[in-house]
Amino acid sequence: MSKPMLDKSIIIQEALKELPSSARRLFLKRTLTLGGLSLLSGCAITDEKSVERMLMKVSRFNDGVQAWLFDPNLLAPTYPESMITKPFPFNAYYERWEIPKVDGDDYLLEVGGLVADKHSWSLEELYKLPQTDQVTRHICVEGWSAIGKWGGVTFSTFLKRIGADLSAKYVGFKCADDYYTSIDMPTALHAQTLLTFTYDGQTLPPQYGYPMKLRMPTKLGYKNPKHIVAMFVTNTNPGGYWEDKGYNWFGGS
Amino acid sequence: MNSNKKIIHPVWLRVSHWINLIAVVIMVLSGWEIYNAAPIFDFSFPEQITLGGWLAGALMWHFAAMWLLVFNGLIYLSINILSGRLQNRFFPIRGRDLRGAFINALKGKLAHDYLTQYNAVQKLVYLLVIADVILLVLSGLVIWKPVQFPLLRELMGDYDNARIVHFLAMVAVLAFTVVHVVMVVLVPKTFLMMIRGR
Repeated sequence: MSKPMLDKSIIIQEALKELPSSARRLFLKRTLTLGGLSLLSGCAITDEKSVERMLMKVSRFNDGVQAWLFDPNLLAPTYPESMITKPFPFNAYYERWEIPKVDGDDYLLEVGGLVADKHSWSLEELYKLPQTDQVTRHICVEGWSAIGKWGGVTFSTFLKRIGADLSAKYVGFKCADDYYTSIDMPTALHAQTLLTFTYDGQTLPPQYGYPMKLRMPTKLGYKNPKHIVAMFVTNTNPGGYWEDKGYNWFGGS
Repeated sequence: MNSNKKIIHPVWLRVSHWINLIAVVIMVLSGWEIYNAAPIFDFSFPEQITLGGWLAGALMWHFAAMWLLVFNGLIYLSINILSGRLQNRFFPIRGRDLRGAFINALKGKLAHDYLTQYNAVQKLVYLLVIADVILLVLSGLVIWKPVQFPLLRELMGDYDNARIVHFLAMVAVLAFTVVHVVMVVLVPKTFLMMIRGR
């Protein structure tokens, strides 16, 4: 690669790092403006803060509607392996060179909150749990989708194994890349929600979330945490990286 | 003279028309910002004419205005059907009338002497745009909840196809709006009618 190209890519990477915070400000500044004109000026709603509050309220209302729409027995469509998207896209809030390097040998999955057994799990122990796989469609909030094959343990099996309070409302996740997110218990217990360790039959590669990714074909991509290092069961909504910036919390498909 | 005094557009129709305009404008402009996050075709919409500022903002607008569009649309359709207005104003559409009205429209002879009555082309176009908005809502449901609406998903030909259907239905609404506004400019009385009712 020539030098100018390299400089350009560094600049883009720096800019991308700045994106989450500045994007938030952009949202506040631009939600109402349209080509310099205030779209709703003339209406009673001229205060940007009140518009944002109103939109957030509708988003919370939409969380409730989605929880109501969610059918725990309805399965996402599965596809033949021939339909797997190759190469499966890499997607994160950072660039490839920032993918965390997790050492599998001394890796331990922390388990906490409303669970009976809080011991940390090594990869060896996790691999011994009953494994299954699925070929499902990953849908990104941006609109694109890709079909992939993930393998691991059914999450409900794991939750029962650790004696989780299955009547609790949320399961929260913390990741090695400082990402965090949380899901509702009905989705956590869905038959296709898997704690995955493999992609397309191989150990989950770093770009897809080594050592593990929670894969849910009933949720949008940003709800599927990668590089999970800790999980906890709770009745207080733990929010999420993108969710706290304005993306819908439920994020269901 | 007499027909001039008569209320042609009842108040519920006028209110729902303008609410629909607000809902459609928000849906389309925020929809363009959402489209830009992962364009289906080889172009993006200029940021200046989109709503939301970034993807999350646009999604919030889109999924707030959808309630306005859907509930306003349901109220419009219910009153329209139950009051018999839909039947009276839009049916029957005869092929013969359709041809005649279309040729007249092309010649620039707009039959606006009788504003109480739609000509055959108007009847057809208004019915088509109602069907198109229904298609927009249904394809939107598949994009929003592909797992929860399996039958609709299969009808649309899976998730990726539903996005294309949703986009094309949006283009159809835009095409309708352009023609609709041109007609209103040509026959300004109709604009007053949608405000005053007569």
